[in-house]
Amino acid sequence: MAYTISNRAKPVDRKPMTFAEKLYLPAIAKGLTITLGHIFKKKATINYPEVQREFSSTFRGLHILNRDEEGRERCTACGLCALSCPAEAITMEAAERTKDEEHLYREEKYAASYEINMLRCIFCGLCEEACPKDAIYLTQTFAPANYDRKGFIYKKEDLLIPQKN
Amino acid sequence: MLILSVSLSFIIQKLILIACIFGGSLGVALYSTWAERKVAAVMQDRRGPNRAGPFGLFQPLADGVKMFMKEEIIPMFSSKFLFILGPCLSMIVALMTSAVVPWGPDMKFRDGSSVPLQVADVNVGILFIFGVLSVGVYGIMLGSWASNNKYSLLSGLRAASQAISYELALGISIIAMVMMTGSLSLREIVDQQTGLNWNVFKQPIAFLIFLVCSFAELNRAPFDLAECESELIGGFHTEYSSMKLGFYLFSEYISMFVTSAIISTLFFGGYHLPGLDSLAPHMPGWAFSLLGVGVLLGKSICFILFFMFIRWTIPRFRYDQLMNLGWKSLIPLALVNMLITGAVILLKSH
Repeated sequence: MAYTISNRAKPVDRKPMTFAEKLYLPAIAKGLTITLGHIFKKKATINYPEVQREFSSTFRGLHILNRDEEGRERCTACGLCALSCPAEAITMEAAERTKDEEHLYREEKYAASYEINMLRCIFCGLCEEACPKDAIYLTQTFAPANYDRKGFIYKKEDLLIPQKN
Repeated sequence: MLILSVSLSFIIQKLILIACIFGGSLGVALYSTWAERKVAAVMQDRRGPNRAGPFGLFQPLADGVKMFMKEEIIPMFSSKFLFILGPCLSMIVALMTSAVVPWGPDMKFRDGSSVPLQVADVNVGILFIFGVLSVGVYGIMLGSWASNNKYSLLSGLRAASQAISYELALGISIIAMVMMTGSLSLREIVDQQTGLNWNVFKQPIAFLIFLVCSFAELNRAPFDLAECESELIGGFHTEYSSMKLGFYLFSEYISMFVTSAIISTLFFGGYHLPGLDSLAPHMPGWAFSLLGVGVLLGKSICFILFFMFIRWTIPRFRYDQLMNLGWKSLIPLALVNMLITGAVILLKSH
Protein backbone atom coordinates (compact mmCIF):
# COMPACT_ATOMS: atom_id res chain seq x y z
CA MET A 1 0.00 0.00 0.00
CA ALA A 2 1.43 3.32 -1.04
CA TYR A 3 0.77 6.37 1.04
CA THR A 4 0.27 9.59 -0.87
CA ILE A 5 0.53 12.13 1.91
CA SER A 6 3.33 13.93 0.12
CA ASN A 7 4.84 13.47 -3.29
CA ARG A 8 8.13 12.57 -1.75
CA ALA A 9 6.86 9.45 -0.04
CA LYS A 10 7.91 6.35 -1.96
CA PRO A 11 6.46 2.90 -1.42
CA VAL A 12 9.02 0.47 0.01
CA ASP A 13 10.41 -1.91 -2.58
CA ARG A 14 9.90 -5.42 -1.24
CA LYS A 15 10.90 -7.37 -4.33
CA PRO A 16 13.37 -10.18 -3.60
CA MET A 17 16.96 -9.23 -4.32
CA THR A 18 18.37 -10.01 -7.74
CA PHE A 19 21.58 -11.99 -8.07
CA ALA A 20 23.65 -8.85 -8.56
CA GLU A 21 22.19 -7.35 -5.42
CA LYS A 22 22.82 -10.53 -3.45
CA LEU A 23 26.50 -10.28 -4.31
CA TYR A 24 26.65 -7.06 -2.22
CA LEU A 25 29.82 -6.09 -4.04
CA PRO A 26 28.35 -3.60 -6.56
CA ALA A 27 26.49 -1.89 -3.76
CA ILE A 28 29.65 -1.77 -1.64
CA ALA A 29 31.58 -0.25 -4.54
CA LYS A 30 28.85 2.32 -4.99
CA GLY A 31 28.90 3.16 -1.29
CA LEU A 32 32.69 3.51 -1.38
CA THR A 33 32.55 5.97 -4.28
CA ILE A 34 30.12 8.09 -2.30
CA THR A 35 32.19 8.15 0.88
CA LEU A 36 35.46 8.61 -1.02
CA GLY A 37 33.87 11.49 -2.91
CA HIS A 38 33.23 13.20 0.40
CA ILE A 39 36.97 13.38 1.09
CA PHE A 40 37.29 16.19 -1.42
CA LYS A 41 34.19 18.07 -0.35
CA LYS A 42 34.22 21.29 1.59
CA LYS A 43 34.19 20.70 5.33
CA ALA A 44 30.95 21.46 7.10
CA THR A 45 32.68 22.28 10.39
CA ILE A 46 35.05 25.10 11.33
CA ASN A 47 37.98 25.38 13.75
CA TYR A 48 35.72 26.88 16.38
CA PRO A 49 37.55 29.04 18.86
CA GLU A 50 39.90 30.44 16.21
CA VAL A 51 37.32 30.78 13.47
CA GLN A 52 33.83 31.84 14.41
CA ARG A 53 30.75 31.84 12.27
CA GLU A 54 28.99 35.17 11.88
CA PHE A 55 25.59 35.42 13.44
CA SER A 56 22.77 36.52 11.22
CA SER A 57 21.85 40.18 11.49
CA THR A 58 18.62 39.21 13.24
CA PHE A 59 20.31 37.06 15.87
CA ARG A 60 18.86 37.57 19.33
CA GLY A 61 21.42 37.08 22.08
CA LEU A 62 22.13 38.49 25.55
CA HIS A 63 20.23 41.54 26.68
CA ILE A 64 21.71 44.93 27.50
CA LEU A 65 20.15 47.90 29.24
CA ASN A 66 20.71 51.04 27.25
CA ARG A 67 21.71 54.55 28.29
CA ASP A 68 20.73 57.81 26.65
CA GLU A 69 23.08 60.41 25.06
CA GLU A 70 24.00 61.84 28.45
CA GLY A 71 24.79 58.44 29.90
CA ARG A 72 21.64 58.14 32.00
CA GLU A 73 19.78 54.86 32.33
CA ARG A 74 16.79 54.76 30.04
CA CYS A 75 14.83 52.14 31.97
CA THR A 76 11.92 53.51 33.98
CA ALA A 77 10.89 50.21 35.52
CA CYS A 78 7.50 50.30 33.85
CA GLY A 79 7.40 46.52 33.83
CA LEU A 80 6.19 46.08 30.27
CA CYS A 81 9.13 43.85 29.44
CA ALA A 82 8.35 41.61 32.38
CA LEU A 83 4.71 41.56 31.37
CA SER A 84 5.47 40.69 27.77
CA CYS A 85 7.99 38.01 28.70
CA PRO A 86 6.47 34.60 27.87
CA ALA A 87 9.04 32.80 29.98
CA GLU A 88 8.62 35.10 32.99
CA ALA A 89 12.34 35.58 33.18
CA ILE A 90 12.41 39.27 34.09
CA THR A 91 11.87 40.73 37.56
CA MET A 92 12.43 44.28 38.65
CA GLU A 93 11.89 46.66 41.50
CA ALA A 94 11.12 50.30 40.89
CA ALA A 95 12.39 53.25 42.89
CA GLU A 96 11.88 57.01 42.78
CA ARG A 97 14.66 59.28 41.62
CA THR A 98 15.87 61.89 44.12
CA LYS A 99 17.14 65.37 43.21
CA ASP A 100 20.81 64.45 43.26
CA GLU A 101 20.32 61.38 41.02
CA GLU A 102 19.20 63.30 37.95
CA HIS A 103 22.49 62.67 36.15
CA LEU A 104 22.01 58.90 36.69
CA TYR A 105 18.44 58.23 35.63
CA ARG A 106 16.55 59.74 32.75
CA GLU A 107 13.10 59.89 34.32
CA GLU A 108 11.59 60.17 37.78
CA LYS A 109 11.21 56.44 38.17
CA TYR A 110 14.01 53.94 37.70
CA ALA A 111 14.78 50.27 38.26
CA ALA A 112 16.40 49.75 41.61
CA SER A 113 17.01 46.14 40.72
CA TYR A 114 16.59 44.45 37.41
CA GLU A 115 17.18 40.73 36.92
CA ILE A 116 16.91 38.41 33.98
CA ASN A 117 17.16 34.67 34.52
CA MET A 118 19.06 33.49 31.46
CA LEU A 119 18.04 29.90 32.10
CA ARG A 120 14.38 30.86 31.72
CA CYS A 121 14.86 33.34 28.90
CA ILE A 122 13.98 31.99 25.47
CA PHE A 123 15.54 34.94 23.63
CA CYS A 124 12.34 35.74 21.78
CA GLY A 125 12.95 39.49 21.85
CA LEU A 126 9.45 40.41 23.00
CA CYS A 127 10.93 42.53 25.82
CA GLU A 128 12.83 44.51 23.22
CA GLU A 129 9.64 45.07 21.27
CA ALA A 130 7.58 45.93 24.33
CA CYS A 131 9.96 48.51 25.73
CA PRO A 132 8.55 52.03 25.20
CA LYS A 133 11.80 53.69 26.29
CA ASP A 134 14.27 51.88 23.98
CA ALA A 135 15.95 50.68 27.14
CA ILE A 136 16.40 46.95 26.57
CA TYR A 137 18.05 45.43 23.53
CA LEU A 138 19.16 41.98 22.51
CA THR A 139 22.80 41.80 21.40
CA GLN A 140 24.77 39.43 19.20
CA THR A 141 26.48 37.53 22.02
CA PHE A 142 25.21 34.60 24.03
CA ALA A 143 25.35 33.75 27.71
CA PRO A 144 28.64 31.99 28.53
CA ALA A 145 28.71 28.74 30.49
CA ASN A 146 28.63 28.91 34.26
CA TYR A 147 29.22 26.65 37.24
CA ASP A 148 25.91 27.17 39.05
CA ARG A 149 22.41 28.34 38.39
CA LYS A 150 22.89 31.51 40.35
CA GLY A 151 25.44 32.63 37.81
CA PHE A 152 22.76 32.71 35.15
CA ILE A 153 20.65 35.29 36.95
CA TYR A 154 21.98 38.48 35.43
CA LYS A 155 21.76 41.53 37.68
CA LYS A 156 21.39 45.10 36.55
CA GLU A 157 25.17 45.60 36.75
CA ASP A 158 25.68 42.71 34.33
CA LEU A 159 23.12 44.02 31.89
CA LEU A 160 23.83 47.76 31.85
CA ILE A 161 26.20 48.93 29.17
CA PRO A 162 29.14 50.66 30.80
CA GLN A 163 29.40 54.47 30.89
CA LYS A 164 31.10 55.91 27.86
CA ASN A 165 33.73 58.17 29.49
CA MET B 1 70.57 -30.32 21.12
CA LEU B 2 69.36 -27.90 18.51
CA ILE B 3 69.19 -25.13 21.09
CA LEU B 4 72.84 -25.49 21.99
CA SER B 5 73.96 -24.89 18.43
CA VAL B 6 72.40 -21.44 18.40
CA SER B 7 75.05 -18.76 18.61
CA LEU B 8 74.87 -15.62 20.68
CA SER B 9 75.00 -13.32 17.67
CA PHE B 10 71.99 -15.12 16.24
CA ILE B 11 70.01 -14.50 19.43
CA ILE B 12 70.99 -10.83 19.52
CA GLN B 13 70.13 -10.47 15.85
CA LYS B 14 66.69 -11.96 16.41
CA LEU B 15 66.11 -9.92 19.55
CA ILE B 16 66.87 -6.69 17.69
CA LEU B 17 64.54 -7.76 14.90
CA ILE B 18 61.78 -8.64 17.36
CA ALA B 19 62.19 -5.31 19.10
CA CYS B 20 61.97 -3.50 15.76
CA ILE B 21 58.86 -5.37 14.68
CA PHE B 22 57.28 -4.96 18.12
CA GLY B 23 57.94 -1.24 18.14
CA GLY B 24 56.97 -0.89 14.51
CA SER B 25 53.61 -2.62 14.90
CA LEU B 26 52.85 -0.62 18.03
CA GLY B 27 53.76 2.59 16.24
CA VAL B 28 51.66 1.80 13.19
CA ALA B 29 48.74 0.75 15.41
CA LEU B 30 49.12 3.93 17.46
CA TYR B 31 48.80 6.07 14.39
CA SER B 32 46.03 3.87 13.01
CA THR B 33 43.84 5.10 15.83
CA TRP B 34 44.60 8.65 14.77
CA ALA B 35 44.12 7.79 11.10
CA GLU B 36 40.81 6.08 11.82
CA ARG B 37 39.43 9.20 13.42
CA LYS B 38 40.83 11.37 10.67
CA VAL B 39 39.40 9.12 7.94
CA ALA B 40 36.01 9.07 9.64
CA ALA B 41 36.05 12.83 9.96
CA VAL B 42 37.07 13.44 6.38
CA MET B 43 34.38 11.11 5.07
CA GLN B 44 31.75 12.88 7.13
CA ASP B 45 32.88 16.36 6.05
CA ARG B 46 34.41 17.03 9.46
CA ARG B 47 37.93 17.99 10.47
CA GLY B 48 38.85 15.29 12.96
CA PRO B 49 41.39 15.54 15.76
CA ASN B 50 43.56 18.61 15.17
CA ARG B 51 44.21 20.05 18.63
CA ALA B 52 47.07 17.99 20.04
CA GLY B 53 50.16 18.93 18.05
CA PRO B 54 50.31 19.62 14.30
CA PHE B 55 47.33 17.97 12.55
CA GLY B 56 46.48 16.38 15.89
CA LEU B 57 49.46 14.04 15.56
CA PHE B 58 49.94 13.80 19.34
CA GLN B 59 46.36 12.65 19.78
CA PRO B 60 47.32 8.96 20.26
CA LEU B 61 49.65 9.96 23.11
CA ALA B 62 46.88 11.98 24.72
CA ASP B 63 44.54 9.01 24.34
CA GLY B 64 47.11 6.70 25.92
CA VAL B 65 47.63 9.01 28.89
CA LYS B 66 43.88 9.27 29.31
CA MET B 67 43.55 5.48 29.33
CA PHE B 68 46.29 5.07 31.93
CA MET B 69 44.83 7.74 34.20
CA LYS B 70 41.33 6.26 34.26
CA GLU B 71 40.07 4.40 37.29
CA GLU B 72 40.55 0.67 37.07
CA ILE B 73 37.37 -1.22 37.82
CA ILE B 74 37.10 -4.98 38.23
CA PRO B 75 33.52 -6.14 38.71
CA MET B 76 32.90 -7.83 42.05
CA PHE B 77 31.53 -11.15 40.79
CA SER B 78 33.90 -11.59 37.90
CA SER B 79 36.62 -14.19 37.97
CA LYS B 80 39.54 -11.89 38.36
CA PHE B 81 42.27 -13.96 36.75
CA LEU B 82 40.35 -14.54 33.54
CA PHE B 83 39.16 -10.95 33.55
CA ILE B 84 42.74 -9.76 33.39
CA LEU B 85 43.86 -12.56 31.09
CA GLY B 86 41.32 -11.58 28.40
CA PRO B 87 42.85 -8.32 27.21
CA CYS B 88 46.39 -9.66 27.70
CA LEU B 89 45.65 -12.63 25.46
CA SER B 90 44.14 -10.36 22.83
CA MET B 91 47.27 -8.27 22.82
CA ILE B 92 49.74 -11.15 22.78
CA VAL B 93 47.95 -12.93 19.97
CA ALA B 94 47.69 -9.75 17.94
CA LEU B 95 51.45 -9.29 18.17
CA MET B 96 52.35 -12.94 17.68
CA THR B 97 51.25 -13.27 14.07
CA SER B 98 53.86 -10.78 12.96
CA ALA B 99 56.60 -13.32 13.75
CA VAL B 100 56.28 -15.24 10.50
CA VAL B 101 55.77 -12.31 8.14
CA PRO B 102 58.81 -11.68 5.94
CA TRP B 103 59.19 -7.94 6.26
CA GLY B 104 61.79 -7.46 3.56
CA PRO B 105 64.46 -9.10 1.41
CA ASP B 106 67.51 -10.45 3.27
CA MET B 107 69.83 -7.73 4.44
CA LYS B 108 73.14 -8.36 2.67
CA PHE B 109 76.31 -6.82 4.02
CA ARG B 110 79.68 -6.23 2.32
CA ASP B 111 81.37 -9.11 4.10
CA GLY B 112 78.90 -11.51 2.51
CA SER B 113 76.84 -12.12 5.62
CA SER B 114 73.12 -11.68 5.38
CA VAL B 115 70.35 -11.14 7.90
CA PRO B 116 66.82 -12.30 7.12
CA LEU B 117 64.14 -9.75 7.99
CA GLN B 118 61.81 -12.38 9.35
CA VAL B 119 61.73 -13.51 12.93
CA ALA B 120 61.03 -17.14 12.09
CA ASP B 121 60.93 -18.66 8.62
CA VAL B 122 58.58 -21.42 9.69
CA ASN B 123 57.89 -23.83 6.88
CA VAL B 124 54.25 -23.99 8.00
CA GLY B 125 53.91 -20.21 8.28
CA ILE B 126 50.32 -20.11 7.05
CA LEU B 127 49.25 -22.83 9.49
CA PHE B 128 50.95 -20.87 12.27
CA ILE B 129 48.95 -17.79 11.33
CA PHE B 130 45.70 -19.73 11.35
CA GLY B 131 46.53 -21.29 14.67
CA VAL B 132 47.26 -17.95 16.28
CA LEU B 133 44.22 -16.34 14.70
CA SER B 134 41.97 -19.00 16.20
CA VAL B 135 43.43 -18.33 19.62
CA GLY B 136 42.68 -14.65 19.07
CA VAL B 137 39.01 -15.09 19.76
CA TYR B 138 39.81 -16.54 23.20
CA GLY B 139 40.81 -13.08 24.37
CA ILE B 140 37.34 -11.81 23.64
CA MET B 141 35.62 -14.96 24.91
CA LEU B 142 37.47 -15.10 28.22
CA GLY B 143 37.06 -11.39 28.84
CA SER B 144 33.37 -11.41 28.06
CA TRP B 145 32.66 -14.54 30.08
CA ALA B 146 34.67 -13.38 33.08
CA SER B 147 32.86 -10.04 33.13
CA ASN B 148 29.74 -11.61 34.60
CA ASN B 149 27.57 -9.38 32.45
CA LYS B 150 24.82 -10.56 30.14
CA TYR B 151 25.74 -8.20 27.34
CA SER B 152 29.35 -9.26 27.48
CA LEU B 153 28.35 -12.90 27.48
CA LEU B 154 26.16 -12.43 24.41
CA SER B 155 29.00 -10.65 22.71
CA GLY B 156 31.37 -13.48 23.55
CA LEU B 157 28.95 -15.99 22.05
CA ARG B 158 28.67 -13.93 18.92
CA ALA B 159 32.41 -13.45 18.61
CA ALA B 160 33.08 -17.16 19.05
CA SER B 161 30.53 -18.42 16.55
CA GLN B 162 31.49 -15.72 14.08
CA ALA B 163 35.16 -16.59 14.33
CA ILE B 164 34.46 -20.29 13.87
CA SER B 165 32.20 -19.73 10.87
CA TYR B 166 34.54 -17.42 9.05
CA GLU B 167 37.70 -19.34 9.84
CA LEU B 168 36.36 -22.19 7.69
CA ALA B 169 35.97 -20.04 4.60
CA LEU B 170 39.28 -18.36 5.35
CA GLY B 171 41.06 -21.69 5.54
CA ILE B 172 39.49 -23.13 2.41
CA SER B 173 40.24 -20.02 0.39
CA ILE B 174 43.88 -20.33 1.38
CA ILE B 175 44.01 -24.03 0.49
CA ALA B 176 43.37 -23.09 -3.14
CA MET B 177 46.27 -20.71 -2.96
CA VAL B 178 48.57 -23.15 -1.25
CA MET B 179 47.82 -25.75 -3.91
CA MET B 180 49.04 -23.27 -6.46
CA THR B 181 52.14 -22.08 -4.67
CA GLY B 182 53.01 -25.51 -3.39
CA SER B 183 54.41 -24.10 -0.15
CA LEU B 184 53.20 -23.08 3.28
CA SER B 185 56.20 -20.89 3.98
CA LEU B 186 55.44 -17.21 3.65
CA ARG B 187 58.97 -16.47 2.50
CA GLU B 188 58.61 -18.85 -0.45
CA ILE B 189 55.15 -17.52 -1.30
CA VAL B 190 56.53 -14.01 -1.44
CA ASP B 191 59.50 -14.95 -3.56
CA GLN B 192 57.22 -16.57 -6.13
CA GLN B 193 55.54 -13.22 -6.66
CA THR B 194 58.36 -11.14 -8.16
CA GLY B 195 57.43 -8.35 -10.51
CA LEU B 196 53.72 -8.25 -11.13
CA ASN B 197 53.37 -11.98 -10.70
CA TRP B 198 51.03 -11.41 -7.78
CA ASN B 199 48.74 -14.09 -6.46
CA VAL B 200 45.76 -11.76 -6.54
CA PHE B 201 45.68 -12.02 -10.33
CA LYS B 202 45.80 -15.80 -10.22
CA GLN B 203 43.37 -16.27 -7.34
CA PRO B 204 41.01 -13.27 -7.29
CA ILE B 205 38.18 -15.22 -5.67
CA ALA B 206 40.41 -16.58 -2.94
CA PHE B 207 41.58 -13.03 -2.30
CA LEU B 208 38.01 -11.75 -2.07
CA ILE B 209 36.99 -14.47 0.37
CA PHE B 210 40.15 -13.96 2.40
CA LEU B 211 39.50 -10.23 2.59
CA VAL B 212 35.86 -10.59 3.67
CA CYS B 213 36.79 -13.21 6.25
CA SER B 214 39.58 -11.10 7.64
CA PHE B 215 37.06 -8.36 8.30
CA ALA B 216 35.08 -10.90 10.32
CA GLU B 217 38.17 -12.27 12.09
CA LEU B 218 39.27 -8.78 13.03
CA ASN B 219 35.84 -7.99 14.45
CA ARG B 220 35.71 -4.91 12.31
CA ALA B 221 32.75 -3.21 10.69
CA PRO B 222 30.63 -4.37 8.92
CA PHE B 223 31.13 -7.57 10.96
CA ASP B 224 31.76 -6.01 14.37
CA LEU B 225 28.75 -7.71 15.92
CA ALA B 226 30.70 -8.58 19.03
CA GLU B 227 30.97 -4.95 20.04
CA CYS B 228 27.66 -3.81 18.66
CA GLU B 229 27.25 -0.52 20.56
CA SER B 230 23.57 -0.15 19.79
CA GLU B 231 22.45 -3.47 21.22
CA LEU B 232 25.29 -4.80 23.39
CA ILE B 233 26.65 -1.57 24.90
CA GLY B 234 30.13 -2.25 23.62
CA GLY B 235 29.80 -6.01 24.03
CA PHE B 236 32.81 -7.80 25.45
CA HIS B 237 34.43 -4.63 26.79
CA THR B 238 31.35 -3.32 28.60
CA GLU B 239 32.88 -3.99 32.01
CA TYR B 240 36.41 -2.99 31.11
CA SER B 241 37.97 0.31 31.97
CA SER B 242 41.36 1.93 32.01
CA MET B 243 44.24 0.32 30.14
CA LYS B 244 42.55 -3.10 29.98
CA LEU B 245 39.99 -1.49 27.71
CA GLY B 246 42.88 0.20 25.97
CA PHE B 247 44.49 -3.20 25.36
CA TYR B 248 41.33 -4.52 23.74
CA LEU B 249 40.94 -1.51 21.50
CA PHE B 250 44.62 -1.36 20.71
CA SER B 251 44.97 -5.06 19.93
CA GLU B 252 42.31 -4.59 17.27
CA TYR B 253 44.50 -2.04 15.52
CA ILE B 254 47.60 -4.18 15.85
CA SER B 255 45.87 -7.19 14.32
CA MET B 256 44.54 -4.92 11.61
CA PHE B 257 48.10 -3.93 10.75
CA VAL B 258 49.42 -7.48 10.88
CA THR B 259 46.50 -8.79 8.83
CA SER B 260 47.11 -6.07 6.27
CA ALA B 261 50.74 -7.16 6.10
CA ILE B 262 49.67 -10.80 5.69
CA ILE B 263 47.20 -9.96 2.91
CA SER B 264 49.92 -7.98 1.14
CA THR B 265 52.31 -10.87 1.60
CA LEU B 266 49.97 -13.59 0.42
CA PHE B 267 48.27 -11.82 -2.45
CA PHE B 268 50.07 -8.61 -3.35
CA GLY B 269 53.68 -9.70 -3.66
CA GLY B 270 54.85 -8.67 -0.18
CA TYR B 271 57.97 -6.58 -0.57
CA HIS B 272 58.11 -7.03 -4.34
CA LEU B 273 57.22 -4.24 -6.68
CA PRO B 274 57.64 -4.29 -10.48
CA GLY B 275 60.93 -2.67 -11.41
CA LEU B 276 62.22 -2.68 -7.86
CA ASP B 277 64.68 -5.54 -8.42
CA SER B 278 66.50 -3.56 -11.12
CA LEU B 279 67.51 -1.08 -8.42
CA ALA B 280 69.31 -3.75 -6.37
CA PRO B 281 72.75 -3.49 -8.00
CA HIS B 282 72.82 0.29 -7.68
CA MET B 283 72.47 0.54 -3.93
CA PRO B 284 73.95 -1.07 -0.80
CA GLY B 285 72.26 -4.25 0.37
CA TRP B 286 70.87 -2.83 3.57
CA ALA B 287 69.26 0.10 1.73
CA PHE B 288 67.59 -2.23 -0.74
CA SER B 289 66.28 -4.27 2.19
CA LEU B 290 64.84 -1.21 3.83
CA LEU B 291 63.27 -0.23 0.51
CA GLY B 292 61.55 -3.62 0.48
CA VAL B 293 60.31 -3.04 4.02
CA GLY B 294 58.98 0.32 2.87
CA VAL B 295 57.12 -1.30 -0.03
CA LEU B 296 55.49 -3.84 2.27
CA LEU B 297 54.59 -1.10 4.75
CA GLY B 298 53.10 0.98 1.96
CA LYS B 299 50.94 -1.90 0.80
CA SER B 300 49.87 -2.64 4.39
CA ILE B 301 48.93 0.98 4.97
CA CYS B 302 46.80 0.90 1.81
CA PHE B 303 44.95 -2.08 3.27
CA ILE B 304 44.57 -0.41 6.67
CA LEU B 305 43.03 2.57 4.91
CA PHE B 306 40.78 0.24 2.97
CA PHE B 307 39.62 -1.37 6.25
CA MET B 308 38.81 2.11 7.51
CA PHE B 309 37.01 3.20 4.36
CA ILE B 310 34.83 0.12 4.59
CA ARG B 311 34.10 0.72 8.27
CA TRP B 312 32.81 4.22 7.62
CA THR B 313 30.87 3.22 4.51
CA ILE B 314 28.94 0.05 5.21
CA PRO B 315 26.41 -0.40 8.00
CA ARG B 316 26.73 -3.37 10.34
CA PHE B 317 25.30 -6.70 9.19
CA ARG B 318 22.45 -8.31 11.08
CA TYR B 319 23.54 -11.48 12.85
CA ASP B 320 21.52 -13.85 10.65
CA GLN B 321 22.82 -12.07 7.56
CA LEU B 322 26.33 -12.57 8.85
CA MET B 323 25.77 -16.30 9.32
CA ASN B 324 24.05 -16.60 5.93
CA LEU B 325 26.90 -14.86 4.20
CA GLY B 326 29.46 -17.03 5.93
CA TRP B 327 27.85 -20.45 5.62
CA LYS B 328 25.72 -20.13 2.48
CA SER B 329 27.90 -17.92 0.28
CA LEU B 330 31.52 -17.78 1.29
CA ILE B 331 32.11 -21.42 2.21
CA PRO B 332 30.49 -22.84 -0.98
CA LEU B 333 32.30 -20.24 -3.04
CA ALA B 334 35.60 -21.15 -1.40
CA LEU B 335 34.94 -24.86 -1.97
CA VAL B 336 34.15 -24.32 -5.66
CA ASN B 337 37.24 -22.18 -6.00
CA MET B 338 39.34 -24.90 -4.41
CA LEU B 339 37.82 -27.53 -6.71
CA ILE B 340 38.46 -25.51 -9.87
CA THR B 341 42.00 -24.66 -8.82
CA GLY B 342 42.70 -28.32 -8.11
CA ALA B 343 41.27 -29.38 -11.48
CA VAL B 344 43.30 -26.79 -13.38
CA ILE B 345 46.50 -27.80 -11.62
CA LEU B 346 45.78 -31.44 -12.36
CA LEU B 347 45.12 -30.72 -16.04
CA LYS B 348 48.27 -28.65 -16.36
CA SER B 349 50.48 -31.31 -14.86
CA HIS B 350 49.36 -33.85 -17.43
